[in-house]
Amino acid sequence: MDLFEHQGKEFFAHYGMPVSPGEIAFTVDEAVAAAQRLGTPVMVKAQVHAGGRGKAGGVKFAADLDAVREHAGNILGLDIKGHVVKRLLIEQASDIADEYYASFTLDRSAKLHLGMLSRQGGVEIETVAVENPEAIAKIWIDPVDGLTEAACRDWVAAAELPAAAVEGSVDVLQKLYTAYVQGDADMVEINPLILTEQGKVHVLDAKVTLDGNSEYRHPEYEQYDSTQVRDEREAAAHAHGLQYVGLDGTVGVIANGAGLAMSTVDVVNQAGGQAANFLDIGGGANADVMSAALEVINNDPAVKSIFINIFGGITRGDLVAEGIIEAMKRVEIDSPIVIRLDGTNAVEGRRILEPRLGDGLMMEDTMLSAARRAVELAE
Amino acid sequence: MSIFVDENTKVVYQGLTGSQGSYYGRLNAEYGTQVVAGTNPRKAGTEVNGVPIFANVVEAVEATGATASCIFIPAAGVKSAVMEAAEGGVELIVAITEGVPAHDEAWFFNKLKRDFPNVRLLGPNCPGIISPGKCNIGITAGHIAKPGGPVGIVSRSGTLTYQALYELKQNDIGVTTCVGIGGDPVPGTSFIDCLEAFEADPETKAVMMIGEIGGSAEEEAAEFIKNRMTKPVSSYIAGVTAPPGKKMGHAGAIVSGGKGTAAAKMAALADAGVSVGNNPTEAGELMAEIVVGL
Repeated sequence: MDLFEHQGKEFFAHYGMPVSPGEIAFTVDEAVAAAQRLGTPVMVKAQVHAGGRGKAGGVKFAADLDAVREHAGNILGLDIKGHVVKRLLIEQASDIADEYYASFTLDRSAKLHLGMLSRQGGVEIETVAVENPEAIAKIWIDPVDGLTEAACRDWVAAAELPAAAVEGSVDVLQKLYTAYVQGDADMVEINPLILTEQGKVHVLDAKVTLDGNSEYRHPEYEQYDSTQVRDEREAAAHAHGLQYVGLDGTVGVIANGAGLAMSTVDVVNQAGGQAANFLDIGGGANADVMSAALEVINNDPAVKSIFINIFGGITRGDLVAEGIIEAMKRVEIDSPIVIRLDGTNAVEGRRILEPRLGDGLMMEDTMLSAARRAVELAE
Repeated sequence: MSIFVDENTKVVYQGLTGSQGSYYGRLNAEYGTQVVAGTNPRKAGTEVNGVPIFANVVEAVEATGATASCIFIPAAGVKSAVMEAAEGGVELIVAITEGVPAHDEAWFFNKLKRDFPNVRLLGPNCPGIISPGKCNIGITAGHIAKPGGPVGIVSRSGTLTYQALYELKQNDIGVTTCVGIGGDPVPGTSFIDCLEAFEADPETKAVMMIGEIGGSAEEEAAEFIKNRMTKPVSSYIAGVTAPPGKKMGHAGAIVSGGKGTAAAKMAALADAGVSVGNNPTEAGELMAEIVVGL
């Protein structure tokens, strides 16, 4: 779950990290009013789940209220890498003396937490990694030990931050690690972490991705979930608790299990078509889940055919078949359905479906032949 | 032979009193697995389907000699359940539960490595492990697997594990052991752990490996296969058409920053001499060709 910058800063502030006072604005007037309360000069910053905002013209300095009005008008509605700006952060401007980069994430290969710190902040870290890899100091942290102050000091020294920034950085980095662990983040990033002209180390940007699996122990996640940017189809699927990802094709896909669902999208592609979505109904392919899945796919105007790919492991084929028939009674389906049913009780399942077969419901023996059929029907 | 489990494996089920645990515990027992105990601190002294319930893993191990644990505890309790199993003295922990926080997984992976280096953790978020005809721990439907070998299977995805077993059965090929390592960012057991064990197992003559997008585990496995494996491998990677930045169901299945793509994984495996199929059926057919040539 990706947070907006302003949410990331609230998250950081909760763990005691220094961020600038700021307010959210959805209109030009709200932006001006916010700037008035905060006092100019301010920064006007696009809030989107995408990097490269500055380059795209989504971050502007405003010396006075007229400038706030002008920039807010320009930035609202701006398209940044496919994300349309609908909200702004109006934030007190800082006097920047120096810029750094800091982040924590999980190193899946090492199975340890990885901290990265660089004295070259304010630019994309991927660029630094390619052009000047020695400018990034890395630290691998065993989650059992955590980040000790001594290790943090060594790390800051390795990054060769200027002396004036050392104490402030050690403090912020330890808090950042605490936020990362206690907040159950997949990733926390500050770029730039700045040294102000007044000699303070300060958080100027915040990029935070939270682990959705941890939602049960973080009631505060709910407010972040409600602002997630989803297309209409994804929002409908999310409301039904379905694992759905919208894609650009015309073959609607329903499968049980994430791997099989991915694989189904792949074979549709290999058959010369394109999937309209990834949808994993999990192990419980009952009538309710199947109805919800068919409804979400049926409401996608791009869908021309539907491919239901079920491999019954513990999931029973006869129950899946009954679920499909019940779902078709509940939901009026506009596109033809092709089913491939294998595994546990598949024979019984096929027998249940047989009397219903026709132009609207077809059955194929294998995943590949079903994919070909669904693609033909979508053409 | 089989890897990690065999007919002598005795299993305690943490969460046997819950709906999932009791259901799969019964299926595993019916398959022939030695289901010797369950745990639940509030139900010690009772029975589930004739299996005795103990307060904790220590007591279950003392009373029954259990050598493995299978976890059906909800995600919030998995961290302590894993540690309870390790402290209880089992050699193998199979964590079926999905949705475990990544920070918990990273923590208990390293805690086990440090304090219980001889304990093997499988999962979380995995279908379990089956050595056909001998032992089935977890949620795999036993009848889709043909016993006997010569093929070992290792897979990151649940339903694709079943698909792989099924493809081999369609080709009348038996399986020594099928290990589902799970789709999470920090799996307790890696592809390499399984490949190493299959390489050492005299009855396993070839290995089928099912991967998916995200992370670099398949690339690392390719490196291992290239340098250390003598047995032939066939493979399939799910998610060729997955768009970057979108999690495809599994917490670990995401292409980000151009890393973790199926194309890169398939290229690395092909470079290591692996027969790479474009879909599970092709990978099964490639394995059938390998088996004919053994």
